[in-house]
Amino acid sequence: MAFDVFEYAPAPESRAIVQLAPSYGLFIDGEFRESSDGKVFKTVAPASEEVLAEVAQGSAKDVDAAVRAARAAFPKWSALPGAERAKYLFRIARVLQERSRELAVLESLDNGKPIRETRDADLPQVAANFFYFAGWADKLPHAGYGPDPRPLGVAGQVIPWNFPLLMLAWKIAPALATGNTVVLKPAETTPLSALFFADICRQAELPPGVVNIVTGDGPVGAELVAHEGVDKVAFTGSTAVGKSIARTVAGTAKKLTLELGGKGANIVFDDAPIDQAVEGIVSGIYFNGGQVCCAGSRLLVQESVAEEVLDALKRRISTLRVGDPLDKNTDIGAINSAAQLARITELADAGEAEGAERWSPHCELPSSGYWFAPTVFTHVTQAHRIAREEIFGPVLSVLTFRTPDEAVAKANNTPYGLSAGVWTEKGSRILRMAQQLRAGVVWSNTFNKFDPTSPFGGYQESGYGREGGRHGLEAYLDV
Amino acid sequence: MSSASTVPPEPTATASTPPTAPRAGQSPAPADAAFADVTASEAALRRYLHGLPGVDAVGLEARAATLGTRSIKTTAKAYAIDLAISMIDLTTLEGADTPGKVRSLCAKAITPDPSDRTAPRVAAICVYPDMAAIAKEALAGSGVHVASVATAFPAGRTARPVKLADTRDAVAAGADEIDMVIDRGAFLAGRYLEVLEEIRAVREACERPDGSFAHLKVIFENGELSTYDNIRRASWLAMLAGADFIKTSTGKVAVNATPANTLLMLEAVRDFRAATGVQIGVKPAGGIRTAKDAIKYLVLVNETAGADWLSPDWFRFGASSLLNDLLMQRHKLSTGRYSGPDYVTVD
Repeated sequence: MAFDVFEYAPAPESRAIVQLAPSYGLFIDGEFRESSDGKVFKTVAPASEEVLAEVAQGSAKDVDAAVRAARAAFPKWSALPGAERAKYLFRIARVLQERSRELAVLESLDNGKPIRETRDADLPQVAANFFYFAGWADKLPHAGYGPDPRPLGVAGQVIPWNFPLLMLAWKIAPALATGNTVVLKPAETTPLSALFFADICRQAELPPGVVNIVTGDGPVGAELVAHEGVDKVAFTGSTAVGKSIARTVAGTAKKLTLELGGKGANIVFDDAPIDQAVEGIVSGIYFNGGQVCCAGSRLLVQESVAEEVLDALKRRISTLRVGDPLDKNTDIGAINSAAQLARITELADAGEAEGAERWSPHCELPSSGYWFAPTVFTHVTQAHRIAREEIFGPVLSVLTFRTPDEAVAKANNTPYGLSAGVWTEKGSRILRMAQQLRAGVVWSNTFNKFDPTSPFGGYQESGYGREGGRHGLEAYLDV
Repeated sequence: MSSASTVPPEPTATASTPPTAPRAGQSPAPADAAFADVTASEAALRRYLHGLPGVDAVGLEARAATLGTRSIKTTAKAYAIDLAISMIDLTTLEGADTPGKVRSLCAKAITPDPSDRTAPRVAAICVYPDMAAIAKEALAGSGVHVASVATAFPAGRTARPVKLADTRDAVAAGADEIDMVIDRGAFLAGRYLEVLEEIRAVREACERPDGSFAHLKVIFENGELSTYDNIRRASWLAMLAGADFIKTSTGKVAVNATPANTLLMLEAVRDFRAATGVQIGVKPAGGIRTAKDAIKYLVLVNETAGADWLSPDWFRFGASSLLNDLLMQRHKLSTGRYSGPDYVTVD
């Protein structure tokens, strides 16, 4: 004990709870199978670049087989009484809870996010979504969509890598509750938790074909959304891909929901609870390393308290623990992929080149894997790229404002409109701001809080349609 | 008293020295000058305290809960356990306290673990004023402080002359530290200046014939102040009045120290030092019974106020049963086995 500071010893969560197979197939019609052309790709742990497993690269033929399986399962599944479908969903929710530690470790390995987040945020939310939508399954006539709202058919769902299992839950739970069947494509860099979920579907004895998982890269997702046997397309991901999906789907009978990028404004007034606002700024931009579509990536702080808030923020950021995602004390894990790291690096460099002031705390980053230190840019203006483009990384752009009107004008001056936060002790101001901000979610005196009962979605280039809550049912009903 | 000779022993694990010497023995508080205008009138003081940033209860509790998930293992745990032991104000505040009970507690304070002399001493023994002399005698030369509650602890519902006499008695009996209670009635009625003046008066009553002062801890009784905004205001009020330590509670009401209200007070001392250069200690008391709890509090200290507060000079635990659990965990770390309650002393 020859140290004189409170240095936390490593506290790694054990990997032993996850049994990884060397390779994984596609999950079609209740069975795991190889890709029709035998192609595979590797999925790596972003924290170490260690290869975790080989995963089947789906082909157009595989997508077709999955859609056919879902189509074949649809009549029986949709004809089940809601209470019967609910039983399956409740069962899945319970198995998710029982296996939550295993899935948390798996998600942390494959995604690179800290175990503290997968354990305390992702997995509890995953189960909560299944429980919540299970509850709706037999109450659809009371949801406000008519006396007997019908499902759409086969849902083609494409999800991102930032919350792999949670985005799966957001997509699959409402789809199944309303009587649809599903073909889901997880992100190329994070396929594993979806494949473990496939196993959970079998464990819950979900009828074959109700849920199908096709792994692969972007073109596989394109095949899926373009497939004529798909009645409903749901996508969460980048705005660029969302636009191309919208073009593909245009002119067809497919129903579409898109949950895309964002450049969320976190607005701190001079009467805010400063210590909690600082926590909110930190969780707004450093939760999941800022790889969150609704991240509070633009801090708008009232000029009269800017200095105080920034000092407190920097002090707080200096206590963030960056490193091994499986260490229970890690606050910020790895960036999900080399490509994402390159994008963050490029935009951060652009911020510096355009004249913003860059700051990061002293922190040692691991030598292997994909890492980016938490970063704050001050002296940012609306004209800077880092104030306009989604960085999707642990990079905060700080702007100031003088009046509430200016805050609204700056917050809304973005092609996006997914999230915003308002920090003030004045209740009337919160209500007024919430009315004026063009954002799908406005958090007051908090940030990045999710609940399955609350609808989530965006304005403008952040997409359309809502997920979660009663509103989230509409996307999967023929109404 | 000279602060150097009466500072409780550093635990074996800590080689650090606080950046500022403990302020016992100085008066008036150095912060007074900087804030003279704030404390000049009832209206000014009220404006100042009500101008402090508000506290969002949900956010504060969420932060405390998140810090509570820190996993402190192996070497870090060993360090934290010894540090926690060295920070304990081993307390007995019962109507049934007797000289015998106090003496046996004092013996335990000096040698917490008779089977393992490497266990550090606790910081202080905390007793009622009439037991202070007995504790002083029993602890003579040990380096363990005598802390005495005073000011009509725990309710504080007597006239000020009684409270001051209570304080002077305890100091005369040899108390190194005085744990006073604020007048919660006056505070809740908005008579902040009255509370402030009472703290100052008690501080003056802490003076010894040689001109040195007993260390003053100011107890808010957070459970009675009820809101976090009140706790923040009380913290600043007490620090402005010259408290050496701010303390959560008496241990005699339903809600005592909680991670959230202690976190809030740690933010207050952190901000006060940033504003004035004066470092104030924090003492959570009541309800901290397990090593696991104590370690969570040390994490709060470490990640809020910072390493400068990780010393018995700046952070204390007011506790009675905590010590035995820390000792049992200490056994477990050194032997690999849990020994059970019969292997620690019952006092």
